[in-house]
This record gives sequence, structure tokens and C-alpha cells, in this order.
Amino acid sequence: MPDPTTRKPIGETILDADAISLAFGGIQALNGVSLAIRRHEILAIIGPNGAGKTSLLNVINGFYHPQRGALTWKGVPRRRMRPHEAAALGISRTFQNVALFRGMTTLDNIMTGRLTRMRRNLLWQAIHIGPAEKEELEHRRYVERIIDFLEIEAIRKVPVGQLAYGLQKRVELARALAMEPELLLLDEPMAGMNVEEKEDMCRFILDVNDEFGTTIALIEHDMGVVMDISDRVAVLDYGRKIADGPPDTVRADPAVIAAYLGVER
Amino acid sequence: MTLAEAVVATDPSGAATAASGPDAADTFPKMLFEHARIRPERPAMREKGYGIWQSWNWAQVAGEIEALAGGLKTLGFARGDKLAIIGDNRPLLYWAIAAAQALGGVPVPMYQDSIADEMAYVLDHAEIRFAIVEDQEQVDKLVLVKERCPLLETVIFCDSRGLRHYAQPYLHACDALRETGRVFARAQPGFFGDEIARGHGADTAIILYTSGTTGRPKGVVLSFDNLIATARAAIDFEGLSDREEVLAYLPMAWIGEHVFSYVQAYCAGFCVSCPESPATALADLRELGPSYLFAPPRIFENILTQVMIRMEDAAWVKRRLFQYFLGVAKRIGPALLDRRPAGWRDRALYWLGNLLVYGPLKNALGMTRVRVAYTAGEAIGPDLFLFYRSLGINLKQLYGMTESSVFLCIQKDGQVKPDTVGVPIPGVEIRVADNGELSFRSPGAFQSYYKNKEATEDAKTPDGWVYTGDAGFFDADGQLTIVDRARDVGRLSGGALFAPKFIENKLKFFPYIKEAVAFGDSRDFVTAFINIDLDAAANWAERRGLAYASYQELAANESVYDLVEGCIAQVNRDFAAEPSLAASQIHRFLILHKELDADDGELTRTRKVRRGTVAERYAALVGALYSGAHFGHIETEVTFEDGRTGIMRADLAIRDVGTAPVRHAEEVA
Repeated sequence: MPDPTTRKPIGETILDADAISLAFGGIQALNGVSLAIRRHEILAIIGPNGAGKTSLLNVINGFYHPQRGALTWKGVPRRRMRPHEAAALGISRTFQNVALFRGMTTLDNIMTGRLTRMRRNLLWQAIHIGPAEKEELEHRRYVERIIDFLEIEAIRKVPVGQLAYGLQKRVELARALAMEPELLLLDEPMAGMNVEEKEDMCRFILDVNDEFGTTIALIEHDMGVVMDISDRVAVLDYGRKIADGPPDTVRADPAVIAAYLGVER
Repeated sequence: MTLAEAVVATDPSGAATAASGPDAADTFPKMLFEHARIRPERPAMREKGYGIWQSWNWAQVAGEIEALAGGLKTLGFARGDKLAIIGDNRPLLYWAIAAAQALGGVPVPMYQDSIADEMAYVLDHAEIRFAIVEDQEQVDKLVLVKERCPLLETVIFCDSRGLRHYAQPYLHACDALRETGRVFARAQPGFFGDEIARGHGADTAIILYTSGTTGRPKGVVLSFDNLIATARAAIDFEGLSDREEVLAYLPMAWIGEHVFSYVQAYCAGFCVSCPESPATALADLRELGPSYLFAPPRIFENILTQVMIRMEDAAWVKRRLFQYFLGVAKRIGPALLDRRPAGWRDRALYWLGNLLVYGPLKNALGMTRVRVAYTAGEAIGPDLFLFYRSLGINLKQLYGMTESSVFLCIQKDGQVKPDTVGVPIPGVEIRVADNGELSFRSPGAFQSYYKNKEATEDAKTPDGWVYTGDAGFFDADGQLTIVDRARDVGRLSGGALFAPKFIENKLKFFPYIKEAVAFGDSRDFVTAFINIDLDAAANWAERRGLAYASYQELAANESVYDLVEGCIAQVNRDFAAEPSLAASQIHRFLILHKELDADDGELTRTRKVRRGTVAERYAALVGALYSGAHFGHIETEVTFEDGRTGIMRADLAIRDVGTAPVRHAEEVA
């Protein structure tokens, strides 16, 4: 059991989404959603299919640009931020469908996560001597720590395409961690996993939050998982936020129950 | 440096004479001192961390152990205290063994995959006050049983990952402890050496709990003298030196692992390497290329299965090449290894095979540099055994047990027969009782079972003979053959000998069969339960386009039954050719719907079948095998990895297998 007295305290808001609206043609994916993500917390975003969860993550890391509303990252307004800018700012993510380079090894996949932090240009890296080599060694050292942390030593040299789905998810998390993010966005990190793999993943998410102090926002359907690991839960339904608070409060919220189970009219 | 001062303090002459070298030391901490003095720069320990082999030389290891011992001392560890050691093979845990021994304490390694209940029993029985464990997984188990084990005071963990917020006051991080220990050592430089000097060969060195195929585990008490005398005899027997390379990858609680990776390493001064993680052990083995290798048969079996699977997926040319030269190797390899004469044509062919197949294969397995490889712990199938020898790998069998500090018999180079376990090593006497049971007397014979006078008296006579529980006989060359556990050897109702393990080993040689349990004692004929090997069978199914969703479904598949029936028919043909075994042909079999599992008590932690438990749990199926029915219904309770239990139901098909006609001696002639 995490002991609340010694865990890094949940701090100030680092990402503030204010009244975000996003529409694709006639479909209103997000409708005036406001959400604050606070430093060191684990925030779960839940909601029925099509509620706008992934769209919200995509807005946060610059995949989509909202028609209305404002995004503020650590007090600085970010307008029309692009994904690589978000990455450079310290926002990294994983995807609902694993998005790795299938022909490359686990190690190489994770190394790509270090790209935003490489100082030397392509030419230097191609020559691969002196400073460029030294830099790569440092990155490799960091990546090896992540490999150790996520216990994937045995698959270091295995092409990702040959791995079981649960392991691919873990590699994707490793790559996201390689960017040393301040905010980690996880889109259904446990989809398609068996109970044991889910337990492992939960443990890794908690450990990441704990050891690195990384703020985590995750989308998840497994309510058991959500209630167990998150500090706060935000609920979306038809593009609107209908609840936001500690897991126990949200679980008892009539609007949430209605969204999940339907209501008698 | 404090250690150097201590060396001088215990050895005022300062001369490295034979009488004061490691050969004269009577405890492992004393040997540590000597190694740190004689070969301070030689590597003593390696571990793969962050993808790179990190190493420690003997001087550094001595410093680490001194720090650990100092840390333990500041926590109140006193002479006679027990230190539980739980985790995968990690240098720190090996150092903890030496640290406890240096302080006059007794290390008690425990199986790291034990569930909390099993641990509670040992913790309680061995009156353990201190435990050093690898990581959060083990800490969680100890936290869980702490209330039931009031004696347990202190838990030290090596890897602090995930443990930062554990507020229990009895938890200590090993890193901090070593720091305290270093401070302690600086403040009291003579302490470590003085404590070590107080230890003697007759003291208890270790207590190892045997997993045991029946009942509660028993704590085998071994003295330094037991371990050292036996290990030295074996080192002389094989001519081992301080240049050997060993990979420590088997459970630390197992006597074999303890002797090979700790006792012999200290006696001979060679380097021990720890793999990066249990899952990478085979890859690490390849990188390391050990010269001295020890594995129970199941590991050799797994490796062979992997090779066979990969060869089946290989290109046509490679497959033909492999099969052809494997045939050549089988014919002449063992003879060449034993330096028996062979024709020049055969030699040339084998040389070519070595170039094209055996050499690359050995390299891929990490066995290129192996001088001596042992298999023990269980009987090994002769075909499996000869496969390795035919490649030129000096795989040998040995016979021993926890109670004998391992070595009783070893096969001598040049005199290796697949069905024997070799000759008794110097110092060991073995006698055979009328019922075939073996007993031995040796310097390695254990002191007692801890706090179990009754069991000790049952196993050990006042004049030092220890009953092994194994049945066997000596052949004309003085080599020992082990038939089975004495109590497992039975007779069919027709009077023929029934040795279940022998039959099971025959079956297990097929890559598709992972585990087998044979029945037949006091029955009319032999039947068997089969566990398919998921890796091999899944690969086989994939190549045939067989769809299945789970182990259970694959195991019940008609084609898989055909496959296994083929294997059994082959075994039956082999048995039919041996008059003494003809009656052991398998008449009926079924494939179990789940893998036999140590968590369900069906296997021991070293993966030996608990025959009694299996027969009991699956009594309905055994009944069905002998009732003539074509189906057996079974409900079993299973334990999942997280400790929860559930009920598994299945209807299993039962197959009859054709038996081969017995060829009588005169027909053969």
C-alpha cells in the first residue's frame, strides 16, 4: 500500500485545458471540456465508447487542434502546439493500438524515444565518433535503466513484431519513458491483456509515478484498475465532462452511473 | 584498508605458505581472506546489469562482505542467528551467505518462488530472526507472514524499487546497511577478522530445506567440514582450477547450486557469474561460455527441445545437414569423447560435422568451452544424455543429495556409460541392502535434520551410514546404477518389475512430452498421464494450421493425441526389444488438461513429480485408465500465479495404444 505521508505530494496544475471543443464535421467529439492535470498525480479518464477520451488526449499532445478553448502548459498558453513540440516540452504518450516499429528490436525502439534529446545532428551521428559516440553511450545507459525498470532484459534484442501483445505494450511504455516526460499520456495501457499482465502493468504505472515522479493521465476501461491506481477520475460522456473527483466519489455519482448503465426515463 | 589490517592481524607471519592458504582454511570466510590475499585482482563474481557484465575481484568481494557483515552486526545479528536468503541469484545474496558465516551465523537460503505459506513454515521452523531478500515481491510475502512468524525481526531488501513507501520499521535497504557496515568496519577494523577467526570447520555452515517429494520440508544441517571435504574431493577428481567459469542460475536454496556456485568457488577460487534475470539465463550462458556447467536434466531437455523446434523451422538444406551429421555424431561422438579408437574415415566425417554442425551448435548453446558438465538431481534419459556427449560436450552424471553435500558418485572421464552414475569418489563408501536400497558413509554426510531427531535417526545410523531411499546396484565395473526411488519401484501383478521413473524418462525424451506419470504398481498393465510441452506442441500445431485457444484445448486435440500415441508406440517398441522391460509397455494413456504445477503441490519446487499427490488428486482418472472407459471426468482445484484458487473441470479422452510383440531372446538370436 502506498503510504500517503511519504509519497510525492500532488502539486500545482501543470496542464490546464479550458473549455475545449473539437468537432469533426457534424460530430462534436469534445464539447467545452475543462480539465486540469496536477503534478505527480495519476488521473484516469473514463467514459463509454465514443465519449471523446482519445480525442482529449490527442488535443493535449497536439495531434488535434481544438476549434475553441485554450491549453496552458505550466502557465504558458499553447496554441496550435504540434506533437513534436509537445514531446520536446515533456509530454509523451502511448497509443491505443501499439504504434512501434515492428521490424526493429526492443532496444532500438526505445532508443528512438531519446531522439528529442539528442544534441548532435544527423551528420555527426552518421560519422559516429567522439562526441556523438559519447552521447549515444549516455542515451544507451538511460535506456538500459528503463529496460531494467520494466524488466524487459530478455527481449532487448528481439524484433518487436515477434513479441506478445502485452510485451509490446510494455515496450511502448518504455519508449515513452525514454523521453523523460513530465506528463505521460497512456491510451488504454491494459487493453487486451490478461489478468497477470494487467497486474504487472499496474505495478509499472505506480512505480513510474513513484520513482520518477511522472504525472500520468490514462484512459482505461477496466474499472477495477481505475479505482485501484488513480488519484482522481474524470468521466466523459458524449464529449462532455460529467464528473471529476476521487475514485470513490465518482463511483457513487448518479450521473456516472447513468452514463454507464443508462437511466429509466 | 581495514581488511588488509585484518589479514595481517590473523596472519602475523604474512607468508603465503601452503599451510595458511585457502587449502588449509576450514571455513568459507577464512578462504575469502586467503583469496583476497593471494589473488586479489582475479575476478570472483560477475553480474550482468544494465546489459553489461559487471565484475568484482576477490579483494572487492571481501570488502563487500565485510560491509554487509558490519551492517548485520549493527542490526543486532549475533553468533548462532539464522539469516534467511530469498531471491534469484544475485551477488549480494551470495555475499550475505558469507557475511552470515563470518559472524558465526547460519544462512538459510529459501526457494524464491515459494508461496508465503511455505515460507512461513521454514521461517518459523528455523527460528529465523533476519532475512535478506531480493525485491518487493519477496518483501510482500514476508510482510504477509510476519505476524505468524513472531521471531522474524528484520527484513533487508536489495532492490528498493516499489518499496519507497513501505513504512514498516523492520524493513531495511541493503545499500544503506552496507554504508552503515563500512562505517562500522572503519570504527572497528579488527572486528571482522576476529569474528572469522572464531569460526571452525565443525560449525554449522548452512541449513538447506529439502523440498522433499513427501511431507513437510526438512532442514538439512551441513557443517563447513562436510561441504569442504566433499567439494575438495570433487575438485581433485575433475582437476578444477581457479580459472573455471560458472554461471549461477539455479535456485540458491538447492544444494547443487550452493555447492557449485559457492562452496566450490571458494574452495578452488574460481569466478561465479549471475545472469541478468532468470529469463535471460540461456542467453547469458552463451555470452559467458562457462567451462564448468551444472544443470538438472530438465534444463538439458529444454535446451534440446528448443534446438529441435528451431531445426524444424530451418531451411530444408540445413535440416538435412543437421539430421545427417547428428546421425554421424550419435554413432561415433561418444567413442571419440571417451578416447576410444575410431576409423580415420569416421574421424574425418566427425571433423567435418564439427565444422558444419556441432561447433556452431555448441557455440549457440554456450557450451563451446565446457570441460565438465554435470547433470544430476534426477535420472536423465540415455538418449538425451548421449545427444550432448555425441556433440563432444563432456556431460557426465553424478549421484548425490543434500544429505551428502552433493557428491557421492561421479562418472570418470573415459568411462562414461549412459545408464550408470559412475563410481564413488574418494572418501565415499556405498553399500546396497537386500531390497536394493543404497546407503552411504562419507565426510560429507549431513549432521542432522534441524530440530527433527526422529527423522535424523531414521535416516542415519549411529555409525554414520545414511539411507538414501534410492534403489540401485553396482555393475561389474564398480559403477552404480540408480533404478528409482526405493519406495517407487513396484511390481506389476504379473510379477514383472515396474520402475515408473524409467518409463517416464523414456517418454519425456520426446520434445512434445513435458511431463509423464506412469502407473502400474500391483496393476495388470502400465498406463500413463501425459503433459504436453506447450512450446513444442504449439509450434507443431502452428505448422499444421491447427487452431486452439488454450493449453486445455490443445491438449484435448485429436491430432495431438495421435502425435503422443506415436511417441508412446515408439517407446513400446523399444521396451519390447528388452526382455526385462517388455512388460512395462504402456497400454493406455491420457493427456492432462493442465500442466502439473508446483503451486498445486503436484511438483516439488525442483520440478519433480509428486507421484502420491498426483495419484490422489487425479484418482478418478487413474480409475478410468483401468476401467476400460474412453473418457475420464475430473474436477481439480488450481492455484493461479497470484495465489487465488479456482476449480477446473474437464472430460479427458483416454486412448489405447498398441503394444509391440515381445521378441524373445532366441528370436533375436
